[in-house]
Amino acid sequence: MKSQGKAKRKVHLGEFFIEKALQLFAAISILTTIAIIFTLFQETFIFFQEVSIIEFFTSKMWTPTLHPRNFGILPLLVGTMMIALGSSIIALPLGLFTAIYLSEYAHKKVRSVVKPVLEILAGIPSIVYGFFALTFITPILQKILPQTQVFNAASASIAVGIMITPMVASLSEDAMMAVPDSIRQGAYALGSTKFEVAMKVIVPACLSSIASAFVLAISRAVGETMIVAIAAGASPTLTFNPLKSIQTMTGFMVNISLGDIQHGTIEYKTVFAVGALLFVITFMMNIVAKLIVNKYREEY
Amino acid sequence: MEINTQTNMHTIKRKNNINSRKLKNKVFHGFLILATTMSIIVLALLLYQIFSTGFKYLSFDFLNNMPSRFPHKAGIKSALVGSIWVISLTALFSFPLGVGTAIYLEKYSNSKSWLNKLLQINIANLAGVPSIVYGMLGLAVFVRFFNFERSILSGALTLTLLILPVIIVAAQEAIKSVPDSLIQGSFALGVTKWQTITGVVLPYALPGILTGTILAISRAMGEAAPLIMVGAAGYIAFMPSGPMDSFTVLPIQIFNWTSRPQAEFQNIAAAGIIVLMALLLTANATAIILRNKYQNRTD
Repeated sequence: MKSQGKAKRKVHLGEFFIEKALQLFAAISILTTIAIIFTLFQETFIFFQEVSIIEFFTSKMWTPTLHPRNFGILPLLVGTMMIALGSSIIALPLGLFTAIYLSEYAHKKVRSVVKPVLEILAGIPSIVYGFFALTFITPILQKILPQTQVFNAASASIAVGIMITPMVASLSEDAMMAVPDSIRQGAYALGSTKFEVAMKVIVPACLSSIASAFVLAISRAVGETMIVAIAAGASPTLTFNPLKSIQTMTGFMVNISLGDIQHGTIEYKTVFAVGALLFVITFMMNIVAKLIVNKYREEY
Repeated sequence: MEINTQTNMHTIKRKNNINSRKLKNKVFHGFLILATTMSIIVLALLLYQIFSTGFKYLSFDFLNNMPSRFPHKAGIKSALVGSIWVISLTALFSFPLGVGTAIYLEKYSNSKSWLNKLLQINIANLAGVPSIVYGMLGLAVFVRFFNFERSILSGALTLTLLILPVIIVAAQEAIKSVPDSLIQGSFALGVTKWQTITGVVLPYALPGILTGTILAISRAMGEAAPLIMVGAAGYIAFMPSGPMDSFTVLPIQIFNWTSRPQAEFQNIAAAGIIVLMALLLTANATAIILRNKYQNRTD
């Protein structure tokens, strides 16, 4: 009897420790967030003790490694926005139309071909898209518009756009598939064509999810690194010409990290300041995406 | 007579209307097909571009040589071995952590508690953080704070944090799909919670968990940006022999070659991409086979 009780207690003790251990595992994800915020903002805080925050956001010169040093983030910010805008022009319509096609028009057999293609496109590493942009898209652009520079924002934008298209398509398609079939059938029963069902019933019904997919995709484009590091160039000049060489925030971070940056130097702190800004931008976009869905979701 | 003409006119009018609406639909349909085919065309172009530039340069020597200043002598051995090291360690760390967290969220913590909600929101947000930011985290925490230097270990730990949210979500989905009747049956036999989890829940959910994990790890295999941040080098001419060695990985080696101006380096970059894509394809194929097996079983 006694030994049985002991064994029981042992089992209970084991169960207790297992639960605590699992709790510890779960805590790691919280710790990750805390560590990201802490490390980014600690170095950024030190950075802003050396560089004025007004200069950082208003100066149009970005030369953190050359004398005289200038720390105006605007060229990098504009570069990043150009990539985000350019890739959106490609990815948002392409992704949305692909989603409408797959959800409302496509035959099962077509779906079974297109879906894996999209999955493959989504799984290709960004470094491969970067290579494609530099060796394939850029030469084509140069043939059409001879003034195009070897490194340019347009080529990188197109590649980033291709990369995020599957994401827009699959998120939007999931939303469209979630619209109950009864609504679709109702619209057909009233004599609607497929076009009318898609554009007047289905798309409006999941507008919030589509909008949130768009925001998430743009946030992804903002944080995309290797494509822009390879194809967009490394010249932080304030320009709105997509055929010229630019630099994005991520591109700068990679570029400076390729050299051996020492802890405590202004270069090191600059990388963290840019990283913190990047984190804040993408974080806010992700929050906005979630708010859109929560606030405007249609419940069926 | 009069009524008859009126109906006739009505039918004609309606016919006209339906014809234009049908036409609109047809045009739209064609447009959608065009948009969808773009993806397929792009994939074909991309594969063609890579194979036509790189295939000739793919050889046993290429796999077995160290990187070199001379493109015809350069190989990817050190990058390949580096990738295998980093990915193995990443898998080793991220699998138990991810699955453990998923088990905690699904089976231990009350789904309505604030802690559970906080964890879920936190994991969703972490999944949206750009990979380069994880690189900065790795640089500050693993390279500097824990003093692991610019080693394989630092790289693997960084990638672990990067893919953890993906694995957790996939594992949660898989665990959710386990029928409650099986779990209740196990409890009814007097089996403890943990024994039920290891004996009933995990075996049932394992294919789903593995699929998600493999996809996450294949994502880690293609990542370059976070590893550049933690200081993986672009040029390593020796074989890494332990987790504390400095290292390079395939994507960084490819990046290094791509950014050189000489055309020949573009060719070996493409050859490197073929090797990387072959590895990814193998991983993904495994995941798909597992998924199909799993689907068959539940049917």
